[in-house]
Amino acid sequence: MATNYGPVEIAGVIAVIGVLTYACRLSFIALFGRLDEIPPVVERVLRFVPAAVLAALVLPSFVTLDATGFAADKFVAGALAAGVAWQTEDVFATMVTGMGVLWAIRFLL
Amino acid sequence: MDTTAFRRGVRDVAPLLLGIIPFGLVAGIATVNAGLGLPAAVGLSVVVFAGASQLAALELLGQNAPLTVVVATAVVINLRLLMYSASIAPYFRDFTSRWKAVLAYVLTDQAYALSVANYRSDSEADRKWYYLGVAVTLWAVWQVTTVVGALLGTGVPDAWGLEFAIPLVFLAILVPAIEDAATGVAAVVGGAIAVVGAGLPLNLGLLVASGVGITAGVLTESATGGTDGD
Repeated sequence: MATNYGPVEIAGVIAVIGVLTYACRLSFIALFGRLDEIPPVVERVLRFVPAAVLAALVLPSFVTLDATGFAADKFVAGALAAGVAWQTEDVFATMVTGMGVLWAIRFLL
Repeated sequence: MDTTAFRRGVRDVAPLLLGIIPFGLVAGIATVNAGLGLPAAVGLSVVVFAGASQLAALELLGQNAPLTVVVATAVVINLRLLMYSASIAPYFRDFTSRWKAVLAYVLTDQAYALSVANYRSDSEADRKWYYLGVAVTLWAVWQVTTVVGALLGTGVPDAWGLEFAIPLVFLAILVPAIEDAATGVAAVVGGAIAVVGAGLPLNLGLLVASGVGITAGVLTESATGGTDGD
């Protein structure tokens, strides 16, 4: 899994993501005075962005349905890590559990 | 400079570093795994400075996804910063434009959450310097850990499956983002469609899944009457 893109393309992508991300950060901080609050419609949609996007990023890493076949080690590690995340809401505990289970299955079983 | 407020910010953010340090190391290692060098690792961390989107961009670059998809995905992940910007803006209203520009650059999930909680608690601490104590600490730790991760990255064997740490980080951020039934529906629908659509060309599965998940959440909220804002 290594990129074929060259340094110029990579730098360009970083710059564009950086500018757009900064625009998100600065948006309302800069606008206040001219615009007093975030439009309710925008706020309603934005509320669902983290849950939908993060779930779409996470689930395919735990559950594979494509040609490479079902990876049981990742599924089990992901499920247990999800339980820990639910109980603790702690990034570190979640990572330790997930990686620990994955390594236990791969190296000990 | 109000050193008392700044130090209080540093002290309040310290426990959160336990989560930030491994996250930063993973972001650095992921840069190497994606076939990018140290300059790209530093560039991403300094220019973008948003962990989840950095990891997503690296994952997609490593798969040679189209650059528009890389950018779109990273930016969608960072749209939540709009909410933080809107929420914290009233507290920054009286600062100069130049300060606003600086404060915005270091706006993160943690800086937002800690600062707004502090402002709402009627704390006496100076707003600007408390925020900078939190945010600048996070910034510095993030830069150092991503560089260390990028330097260590090449030495880690493939069998360790370190790239698996990335979805684990996302998972830990995802769980608190599920606050009610509607956000739960958004997550379940988004996740399920992403699994089914994982084979789609151009990594479109992720964007389609996100879009449908968000729509499902909005519709669920409408159907159940919603919480009427806050």
